[in-house]
This record gives sequence, structure tokens and C-alpha cells, in this order.
Amino acid sequence: MATKFTTDDVTHIASLANIPVTDGEKKSLADGFTKTIGVVEELNKLDVSVVTAVHMTGLSNVLREDEVDKKRMFTQEQALANAPNTHNGYFVVDQLIEQDD
Amino acid sequence: MKKLNTLTLASAVKKLKSKEISHKELYADVSEAIAGKNKELNAYLALNTEAVSQAEKLLDTPLAGVPVAVKDNFLTVGLETTASSNVLRGFNPPYESTVTSRLKKAGGVVVGKTNMDAWAHGSSTETSDFGPTKNPNNLAHVPGGSSGGSAAAVAANMCITALGSETAGSIRIPSAWCGTVGLKPTYGRVPRTGVVAMGSSLDSPGPMTKTVEDAAILLSVIAGKDPYDATTGELPVPDYASNLKKGVKGLKIGICYMDHPQLKGTQTEKSVEEAGKLFEKNGATVEKVALSDQLEDNTILNPDYAVGVYTVVQRSEVSSNLARYDGIRYGHNRSTFGAEAKRRIMLGTFTLSKGYADKYYVLAEKVRNLYIKNFAQLFSKYDLLISTATPGPALKFGESEGNPLFGELTDLLNEPSSLSGLTGISVPCYWDKKTGLPLGLSIMANHWQEETVLRAAYLYEQETDFNPWTKEAHE
Amino acid sequence: MNRKRTSIRGRRRRMSEWEPVVGMEIHVELKTKSKMFCGCKNDPFHAPKPNIYTCPVCLGMPGGLPVPNKKAVEWTIMLGLALGCEIPLHSKFDRKNYFYPDLAKGYQISQYDEPFCVNGRVHLPSGDVRIHRVHLEEDTGKLLHKTVNGKKVSLIDFNRCGVPLMEIVTEADIHSAEQAREFLKKLYQIIRYLDVSDADMEKGTMRLEPNISVRPVGDTHLPAYKVEVKNINSFAFVKKAIEYETERHITFLEKGEKPPQETRGWNEDKGVSFPQRSKENAEDYRYFPDPDIPPIVWEQGYIDGLKKQLPKLPDDKFQEFVTMGFPTSYASLSSVSPSSVVFVETAYNLTVKKDPTINPKTFGDWLFNRPIDIETANPNKIAEELIQSRKVVSIPDEEIQKAISDVLAANPKAVADFKAGKEQVKMFLFGNVLKTLKGKGDKKKVMEILQKSLTV
Repeated sequence: MATKFTTDDVTHIASLANIPVTDGEKKSLADGFTKTIGVVEELNKLDVSVVTAVHMTGLSNVLREDEVDKKRMFTQEQALANAPNTHNGYFVVDQLIEQDD
Repeated sequence: MKKLNTLTLASAVKKLKSKEISHKELYADVSEAIAGKNKELNAYLALNTEAVSQAEKLLDTPLAGVPVAVKDNFLTVGLETTASSNVLRGFNPPYESTVTSRLKKAGGVVVGKTNMDAWAHGSSTETSDFGPTKNPNNLAHVPGGSSGGSAAAVAANMCITALGSETAGSIRIPSAWCGTVGLKPTYGRVPRTGVVAMGSSLDSPGPMTKTVEDAAILLSVIAGKDPYDATTGELPVPDYASNLKKGVKGLKIGICYMDHPQLKGTQTEKSVEEAGKLFEKNGATVEKVALSDQLEDNTILNPDYAVGVYTVVQRSEVSSNLARYDGIRYGHNRSTFGAEAKRRIMLGTFTLSKGYADKYYVLAEKVRNLYIKNFAQLFSKYDLLISTATPGPALKFGESEGNPLFGELTDLLNEPSSLSGLTGISVPCYWDKKTGLPLGLSIMANHWQEETVLRAAYLYEQETDFNPWTKEAHE
Repeated sequence: MNRKRTSIRGRRRRMSEWEPVVGMEIHVELKTKSKMFCGCKNDPFHAPKPNIYTCPVCLGMPGGLPVPNKKAVEWTIMLGLALGCEIPLHSKFDRKNYFYPDLAKGYQISQYDEPFCVNGRVHLPSGDVRIHRVHLEEDTGKLLHKTVNGKKVSLIDFNRCGVPLMEIVTEADIHSAEQAREFLKKLYQIIRYLDVSDADMEKGTMRLEPNISVRPVGDTHLPAYKVEVKNINSFAFVKKAIEYETERHITFLEKGEKPPQETRGWNEDKGVSFPQRSKENAEDYRYFPDPDIPPIVWEQGYIDGLKKQLPKLPDDKFQEFVTMGFPTSYASLSSVSPSSVVFVETAYNLTVKKDPTINPKTFGDWLFNRPIDIETANPNKIAEELIQSRKVVSIPDEEIQKAISDVLAANPKAVADFKAGKEQVKMFLFGNVLKTLKGKGDKKKVMEILQKSLTV
């Protein structure tokens, strides 16, 4: 049975995804998702019982030595250069939740 | 005298080195082309105002200071990088992508940043937050995407050569629709470091050029292991340009997807079959590979299923890759995402979510492995597979609007090979006299077999008249 | 009826009917030179300024890609081996997706269903604790909650973001606050022996999170709820938190209610836990394998090699001291930390060289009844002092008896404690007598007379 998305589903997904959506957008998003997932559900026609997942590259154990790589590190100025809001070398964000301190 | 902006990479380097032309002359013609056409085509988003002076210092380098157009998802220090999204409007990268840093080291000059579908989400360049790019061959049509700006810049001679990136078709589709050459390297051949990530298990930066030879030159510059990208392969990088003339004698070539309902009886089918005959005439063994709905030896798995696989894999990865854009450290907050990005992030969030990941993400990865197995079997039999990058010529603007899967339907023929990490190229194989629009021949090979792909593409280009730049070189 | 809940007798009675069921999650920052997935300096605690140890990877810049730190991976495997874990031959890193301002990428690279180490066991006198898993992940940045220009804001420092972080998860095998403390002490010792972390709870390089529930004694099922307590920065507070939570849960259970499943914080000043507002959507992390990192595949031989590289662990050293002839209490004190081991071994060997008649017991009697910090003391000096003290200056018994009487008179509480059965008080009094005698007199004799005086 094909999955059908409701506007409530969209609200939940939007909150998980941290994406603001308006009530007006929800219906068309829900319909779009229903259609897209319908195509995805075609995959159930295939026999995948013997398939195991492999990493794309066929590589394994690509590790780096424990060394400080100074040439890659940013100065504080570089790190903060694109930030809209900074204070004394820190990034600044509005407090998400009331803190108990 | 012919305008210098129409030069290929190979000939521009030669002429600069022999002092037949100067950097000033070359950049004057390129700038003139940009000034004359960019307003209409919208291929470039940002231009490097110091390109000539940078170029003049680079005569003794391999690329001698040629102007290169670079897709706007490569981070470039000193040039705003946005991935065509309002989220990154005003972003000045504090570091350089590995690919552009290799390009610069080899003597390429980034002349400007090219338009793309925002975050590379699309196959038409229509989802750019900075307006669509138009197809230089016919302004009523899209250039393809997501690397549409780079393809248009090459096609309109607004640069000497260009860089793009492909997740599933984003190099090959715009190359096919603009009548240029686009090579999608093996996944892991070219580093993704400093490229705005779309589908991390798929993204492959690559050359978008006027000729096959140019693609070979540029690939040698940008390919190879990068210590900052754990998915790049250790294999040494050959001088791809020196092996172009080996021909196709003795190669086994399979023609695929031509019995797909979308292609039967089309000009595309005709062009691909003619290409097969040309390869046969030049000593290759060519046969058709039948389409199949299940995994079966010596058949090619129906690409229709790839739509579902690609949709899930790519959106899942997108939902995670775009989570870093919160507007705190750089860029703007998450309300500034465009409609397509929001849709993809949300769908990918769903396909990874509790209770659904097994049903969608895990299943998609399994089917993806069916494609990988299918190609492994086929490449035990064939050296190359040929097909087309697109079912037909460039769409008109707005033709795909409102279809939540529009990207995927255009990408259909590239998805299986991209999902399997294969290499492939698109070269012009037809021009419609009435519309002025081209078609692209797609040549695919197994992992790391870029040399074979380039050999066959080079022969095809030399033996046909479809490439306007080689045609001129012949004259 | 108004029963006093806090009366000792009441609590004792209730504690005999109920038992806590506790599992621990412990996070430990590794002291590698560089961070987990990039070459940034790993030293957030000593950084002179915020946001100076960052790069494209740990700052979550577009296009930054992770490459795992080999040393961090090996150290995690070594801790797993030291905890008796199995090391699966196939492992991988996954993305754990959630939003928080201190999480630069919008996901934390962690390990979901294929951790580096599984199924270990730590032996304790109070009962074994099984290790469910040990995995490796990256730390987040640090938030500072401040008011700037009249606005409540959080300041973010990413110096810590991307520091290698091990997570050790036990089974719910802990059934008393004391057992929890014993387990943590042992784990702490092992980490110090391996020398992979400072494991400093004050600095937060070791963080403790007990998951607590309570069930009737005799019940063997896991309770259908658990309460996670965060922000605990000492072993003593873990003990207190478990005691506090156990009491709290019992009040629900006695009313026939199930205590609510929640995450709580620990207020060490008040000695109470308090409910913490949970991060929104924290339940659905949308784990998937990180496509940027190829899997980790081991050959058994490599794991065996790491096993051989393991240093001697607290249990091994304890056994060695016992074999040498140290009484178990001294063996245990000697093997507390790598530096205590080195100190005791060195001091003992030096002492024996100078005076072969000294045995581990007499050495221990002398050493462990003195106020010496064996982590920092100089073994040479100690050995010398011990030898000197053994040069007995003989004095009359009367003088000894007088010193003893003075000490006993000055410490009536100690005497009373001794008479109430606290044997160990004797060593305290003995020490004081020796002090009064300034090292003179035969110690055996002193002890004899003291014993007599006390039992009169």
C-alpha cells in the first residue's frame, strides 16, 4: 500500500528537518511527497534478498596520523569572518531554551 | 582574425607559450564575450576582475594562465561562493577547494563562478536563486543542469574551458544539451574537498570542455588522491592527453538503453546506433545489451528503478549535508532555502527517520548494489557501454515545472552509472538544424577507466563533424 | 499517618525491599595531539582564545570532509581490550543527525550499529559489570550562556568541536551506589594506565551519566523506565545521585506509580537532581553510515598485536604486588595509578637494597601510615627516611608508656571508637605515639604496649 502524507506528517518532518514551512505550503508538500514516495515504492518489486551493502569506494581504513595540521587551521579572524553575529571572538546565537544558571 | 575566446584549451596553451598570442589579447576577447552575452545567458554569477594580471604571471605553468570558468559550488578564496543559493549569498570562502587549488597551481585562472541549480538540485539550472541560465544554442531552452552555467560558458566561448560537478547527470546533461564535452570521473578520482556537498556518495567534480583533448588535459590536473578526502583513490594519475590516439580497435562495446520506451524510434536512438557503427568500422566489437527488469547476466537493469534509488539516497544525504547551514558561522538561516532544497531536505529527513529508514534508505542502498553488481558483470564482458545522456534535446523553460521528480526523470539514464560510481563522458553527436539544439553521445566505462572513455570519445570526435571546435581545427 | 521518610530506620527498611538498577554511560575525551577528523590542535582547555583551533572540517564549512585519527581509533580499541571486549572485524562511522548550535555540521559523527568494541566485563568485588559497547565519536563545541547588550544569547566556541570522544556503555549491572563508585574508580584507573585521557571530571574530559531505575529486590526484569542523570562531575556525586534517585523512585513505586522516564540534571550544591528540558526531537537521530568515511576493517592479527601492546593494567599490577608479598590492602593502594606503581616499586627496591631485612609488609606498614602523596613524593627520599627510622634508639619502657598515656588522653574519641570496634583507629594512635617519641624506641615494643593500654 502506498504511503500517503498528511499535513501533520509534513509538520513533523519539517520540525525534524528544522525547516520552516507555512500552513499554506503543507498541502502541496504532502502531495509531492506522496507522489515521490510512490515512485520509490516501486523498488519493492525487485528481489534484493541476496544483496549486501558495500561502501562506494571499495576502500577501507583510510586514517590519518595524529598530527597537528597548522596550515589547514583558521585564525580566529578567518573562522569568524563570515559570521553575522560575533562577540569577543565567539559566535553568537539567540538562546534556544531558558538556562538554569 | 578569429576571436581568441573560441580557442580550445590545448590550442590556447600552445599559442600563449609560443607567444603567438598574449594574455591581454586572450582575456580581452573572453571579456568581450562575457560582456556581450552574460546579461542574456546568465552563465556567470561572479567575475574575477584581476584575471589578466594573475594570468600574466603564469606563462611558464602547464596551463599558461588560461581563463577557466568554475561552477559556483567550488570554494574559491577571494570569489564569492554561493552554490546559487540565497543561503550562501555573500559567503567568502576562507579556504580553497582542492580542485581549484590544483587548477591554480597548474596555471589555470578562475575567470568567474558559474550559475547552477541551487545546491545542484536539478537538471536545468532553473532552481538557481539567481535566475536561470539560458541555452546559448536556443534561448527558449534550458542549458541542462546542474552545471548549466559552466556548459553555457563553454558553448558561448565565454571561457576557454570549465569545471563542473556531477551527482547524477549534472556534467553530462548540460554538456549534451549545450553541445560541449563533459566528463564525469569515477567516484573518488577527483577530490570533493571544498566542493559544496550534495550527495556525498555520488558527487564527482569533472572537466567541462570544448574538446575531448581538453577534457583529458584538465582531468590530469584535477585528479588524484587528496589527504583531505578519505574517499579518493590512491591510483596514480596518468597523462590522459598522451593516450588519446590509441583508437578503439579490439574494444568490446555494448549499446544500452536504446530499447527503453522513452528512446525507441527517436533521433537519439538513431544517433547512438550510428555511433555504434562508427566504432565497429574502427575495429571494435559492438553489440546491443537488452534491458531487463531483474538482475540477469548480460542484460542491463532497467534504469527506471534508479529513479527511486537515486531519489532516496540523494535526498537522505542532502538532508544531512545541508544541516550545517544554520546561519550561525556563515550564510543565512534555514528560512532562506529555496523551495526545491526544502523539499529535498524534508523528504530525505523522512527517508532516514525512525521507522522508515529500513523501508526506504536501507532498501534503496540494497537496490543500488543491484546496479553495482549489474555493471560489474557487464564490464567483465564489455570495455565500454554507449548510450545517451538525455532522452532528447534540451527542454523548454518551465516544461518540468511542478513535477516533484523532474530532475530524476531527466537524470534517468545517468543515475545507474552514477549510483555505481562509474566514469562517463558526453560528446556532441547530433545537431537539429531547425532548433539549433544538439544531442550527446554517452560513453561509460568501469571504475578508473577514464583513459578508455577518452580514447573512444576522441576517436568519435575526430571521425565525425559534430564538435564545432574540432571542425574548426580541421579547417 | 505521617511517616517520616527521612528517618534512617525507615530508609534502611525500604532499601531492603528495593534495589537500584543502574547502567552507566561514560564519555571520555582522548588526549590525542589533533582532533578526531581533522588536524586541528586538540587542547581546548588550554586554548588562550575561543575559536582558534578550527578548520573547514570541525567548523562545518561547506566542503570540509572528515578523515579519522588513527591514534584515536587504536586507543579506543585498546580500551576495549583492557575492558575485556570483543573487537568486531568490521566497523564504521555513522552520522547522528540533530540540530544544536554547538554542533557545527548539524550531525555528529559517531558509531551506531557497528561500534569498535562490544561485550566486555569489569571484575569487581561487589559484582561484575558487563560492558555493552565502547565506541568513538566527536565532541561538540562549547556554549556559554550570557546576556550581551541586554539580550540573552549563547556564545559558541568551537575549539572543543571535533575532539575525539569515547563512549563507554555498561549493561544495567550496577545495584548499589557503592558498586557504581567502585566501577568508575576501576574504569578511571584503567584509562590512566592506558594513558589515553586526562579523565578529568572537573574539566569535563570525563563525563558520567548513570541511567537509574529501581525494582523490588528479587525481581530480575529490567524496569520499564529509566532516568538519565547528567552533569555529574565526580565519583562521589554519582554515588549521591544514585542514592538520591533511588529514594525518589521508591516514593513513586510505593504509591504504585511508575517514575516518569526523563533526563535530569544534578545540582551538587543542593545535592538534588532536577528535570532537564530535553532537546527537541532528540529521539530521532536518523543515523546512517557516513558516506565520507570508508569502513574500518581489521585483520585479527592486527587486533592481537594491539593486545600485546597493552600495558600492565591495575589488576595485573595488584597481582604483582601480592605476589611480591604485599598485603592486599597495600597492593591495592600501590596499584591505584601508573605513578603510584612506579613510586612504590622504586621506593621498595631502593629500601630493600639498603636493608635486605625489610619485607613488603614492614615497608607498607611504614609507607601507608604516613601522610605521603605517593603520586608526587620522591622515592629516594622516602627510602632514606625509612632506613633512618629503622635505626632504633633504645629507650626505657616507662618513656614509651608515658608517651602512650599522653596520646590516649589527648584522643578520647579515638579511644572510644576503638572500643566500639573500629580496629583501624589503632594505627592512627600508633602513628601519634611514634611522632611523640620522635622515631625513638622499638616499634614492635611500642605496639605491644599500646595494644595492652587500649584493652585495659
